[in-house]
This record gives sequence, structure tokens and C-alpha cells, in this order.
Amino acid sequence: MSDLMNMVLNNANTQWVLLATMLLGIASGVLGSIALLRKQSLIGDAVAHAALPGICIAFMLTGEKSLLALLIGATITGLLAAYCIQFVISNSIIKEDTAICLILSVFFGFGIVLLTKVTQSPAGNKSGLSDFIFGQAASLVGSDVKMMAITAAALIVITALIFKELKVLTFDPEFAKGLGLPAGFLNLVFLSLLVAVIVIGIQAVGVILMAALLITPAVAARYWTDSLGKMIVISGIFGAISGVAGTLISTLGEGLATGPFIVVTATALFLFSMFFAPGRGIVTNAIKRQINHKKINRELTMQKERGEYL
Amino acid sequence: MMNPVVVKGLTVAYQEKPVLKDINFEVPEGKLIGIIGPNGAGKSTLIKAILGLIPKAAGQIQIYNKPYRAKDRVVGYVPQRGSVDWDFPTNALDVVLMGRYGHVGWFKRPGKKDEAFALECLRKVGMADFADRQISQLSGGQQQRVFLARALAQEAKVYFMDEPFVGVDAATERAIIDLLNELKEQGKTVLVVHHDLQTVKEYFDHVLLLNVEAIASGPTESTFTMENLHQTYGGKLAFLEKGQMIAEQK
Repeated sequence: MSDLMNMVLNNANTQWVLLATMLLGIASGVLGSIALLRKQSLIGDAVAHAALPGICIAFMLTGEKSLLALLIGATITGLLAAYCIQFVISNSIIKEDTAICLILSVFFGFGIVLLTKVTQSPAGNKSGLSDFIFGQAASLVGSDVKMMAITAAALIVITALIFKELKVLTFDPEFAKGLGLPAGFLNLVFLSLLVAVIVIGIQAVGVILMAALLITPAVAARYWTDSLGKMIVISGIFGAISGVAGTLISTLGEGLATGPFIVVTATALFLFSMFFAPGRGIVTNAIKRQINHKKINRELTMQKERGEYL
Repeated sequence: MMNPVVVKGLTVAYQEKPVLKDINFEVPEGKLIGIIGPNGAGKSTLIKAILGLIPKAAGQIQIYNKPYRAKDRVVGYVPQRGSVDWDFPTNALDVVLMGRYGHVGWFKRPGKKDEAFALECLRKVGMADFADRQISQLSGGQQQRVFLARALAQEAKVYFMDEPFVGVDAATERAIIDLLNELKEQGKTVLVVHHDLQTVKEYFDHVLLLNVEAIASGPTESTFTMENLHQTYGGKLAFLEKGQMIAEQK
């Protein structure tokens, strides 16, 4: 086992893959925290699922598995889905959850139809296209993985630069507009950042589980702090741990998908936080309540003994 | 004297029927102005339209003789308390600091001076001891005071407040009205959406009576009359008897 681990860690490509999934995890955790507070978790899920038809169309058009082309395709259908959701909400009586459910299934279903068609056609080297469903970090190579790492790093930097603006816009959009902030533009910037992190994440994590890497670290981080800045940092760390652990585990076995291991790691962190986080965890809270009740009862008894009550 | 807020022909429509129709009014500088009217009269809409938060179908807004621009930082805003998610991970001081963001500018973080200023604003509303308190752990009245402190941090000349007295206890209401009077003494102009007719005469120098149209506006003494109330609130009989009593109190 440790020999295998050594072999994995000494491989230059694996090192790049680990760096890339770590940065991806940080970027997902950071942007996911804001998406969570903006109540856009489901939009993220829809965008991720809607990336699949874009990937297939890009493959059909170019006839090769060039990651850049596939990701451009994913971005276009992902953004289109986000736009469709907004359109349905603004122009019909359909509410947001229904609209998201509707658009997500339509785009994903269409993606699966295209994927089936592509894998059945004789032309081109289509091997690995189905990796986009559950993610395969090990299949990332050379320039692709560098592009992914650099994009993730850029997303983190941009978010840090406009952190203050995103914060006030998320907490109180009307007050933010009253301050003179361009709310429409900032919303668009944030949506673009969100789509970008989803798109660079889908090869490693897969379209189905990408939303979990966005949201789970953020929900877990919320248990540890009441400050947005700290929540984002903790969420980024949880995301990084999930990305790295998931990648390592899936690299150890032959043909193991990465996405599920990333999500299982993130979920383990979430469960631990939910039960044991100081101040908010279920177990810690129960213990604290016990101690508190005992203390109050003891004080009451002492007061009665001193005759302060009649 | 220049009137700080001048509204001409303001019309707002979400659907076919206008929510606000041809509103014309001016408010004098250094006064407390109550915006009074029944539910659905468009009181909040009026504030939002003046601040450019919702599009207007027609009309002009002048703040100190210039078309309103948020970035001029002349106007402070206190939204309804219920309009935000109080579970947001932040503390009272941090919310007040948001009032400084317009002064801080893009890409920069608020500095020590901004923090000291925000703390001073919290002190003015009697909330200095709660600076580090998570906002979900504040009472309704305390949350309202944090919103007021945030508006103070904006250092504006004109303030718009959307129902600051809703859901606060008597002590907080008193504290808020004292603060508004202090602002007035500093020459600031404060417009307040208000519901409680019983306190109108006590609190406000001027009133704007609103029900889709501007029914009347002017000094409280001459404008807050039974006749105008009748026109503003329509045929709500039981209510009007009460209104009669209030209007006759001197």
C-alpha cells in the first residue's frame, strides 16, 4: 500500500493532478459558500448537469477529445441552462425549484441521448467521454491539468478581489444597489465564476456530483464559524481535502471514478461538522445544554437554601 | 432654500395598473417627514423608485438639484428589516461596516478608521456592546438599530427609512425617534415610511399622504387632517372613526 502510494506521489503527472484537484477544491469551496448563501445551490447543480450535452456536441463537431473544445461546449450549454431557468421564472407562474428541476432534467436527458449516440457511432476516438459523468481525475494530462489549475487559481483571486462587494450584495441586495454597486453586473460576474468552476471541475468530479463539491464543503464550514470570511476559508480547506483525498483514492485502484470519492470525503467532513463542531454541532450542543441545565439547577438550589425564595 | 428631495410626475407600474401615479412632492431640508398611507398604497415602492432600485415608468427625481445617483453618496437607506436573511454569517459591526463600502471603493477593504467609525455609529444607537454579536442572536429591535447604525455609517445628507418602527418595543421606538431628531438637528433630512397614525403628529414635521397618488403633502399641522385622511384611506369606516379622534387631538 505505501509502495503504491509512493509510486503515485512520485509520478509527475499525478502531482499536477493533485495540485489541480486541490485548487479546484478550494475554488469550489469558496464559490460554493457564496452560492449557498445566495440560495443558488440548485442552480449550480443544474449548470453541472447541463454541461453534458455541450460536451457531446463539442465532441461531435470537432471529432476529437480536445479538453478546451469540450469545456467551451460545456460552458455554452451550462450558461444556456442558467438563462433558461431565469427565463422560465420571470415569464411564467412556475416557481424556482420547479423551473430548475425541469431544465436540469431536459438538458441532462438530452446529454445522455447524445452520449449514447456518440459512443455507438464508429467515428473518432471517443474513449473516455463517459468519464465526464462520474469524473476521472487520472485521465487528466499535461496541458489540460495546468489549464485547470491556473483557472482555479484565477477564480480564487477574482473572488478575493470582489469579496466585499459580493458579501453586501448577498446579504442585502437592495442596500448594495443603494450604495451604487452595479448589482446586475456583479450577479453576472458571480454566475460566470460559478459556471467556470463547475466546467473545470466536471472532468475530475463528473457532471452528476460536481454540485456536491460546491455545496457540501460550504455547508460543513457553516457549522464552524459565524463569520463569512472564515466560513469561506474553512470551506476552501474542506474542498481541498476532498479533492486531494478523492483523487488519491481513485488513483490507487484501476478504473475507479474520482467524483464519488471526492463527494464521500466531503460528506464525511460534513457529518463530522454536523455532530461535533463547537457551538453548533448536535453532540456538542447537547453536552453544553446538559452542563448549562445542571449549573442553573445548582444555583437555584443554592438560592433556595439561602432563603432567597419564599 | 433648496429642497433636498423633489419628485416630479413619478409613475411606477409593475403590470397594467400603476402602483404609483403622477406623484409630485417636495420636502424641505432638515425635517422629519412621514410617508403615510394604507397597505398597498405604494409607500415602499416610492422609496425604492426614488433610490432607483426599481424602474420608473415616468417622472424625475432630484436630490439637491441633481438627478439621483447612488455613487454621489448623498442618500442613506434603511430597508425593511424583514428583507434580509438574519442567519447570514456575520456580526453587528460587520453589517454596519457595509455602510462604509461606498467610501472605501472597489477592491479595497475597510480600514481601522472605518471600523472605528462603524463602532461609533453602533454606540449612537446604543449597540456598542453588541458589536461582536452574531446578527441572528439579536432581537428584532436590536436588528433594527443595527440597520440604523449602518445608515449612519453612510454619512448621508438625506435618509430614507422603510418602516423602522415595525416590530420594535417602546424603548427602541423612543431610542430611534431620539436619533432621528438628532439627525434633524444636524440638518439632515429624514423620510420615514410610517404606519401608526397615533404618533404622526408627535414624530413628524411634515407628512406625505399617499395612496397610489399623492393625496397631500406639507406641514403636519395643516396636512394631517381628517379630510385628507378620509381621502387617503377611503371608506374604511371603523378605522375612520378612530382617525377622527386622532385628527381632533391637538
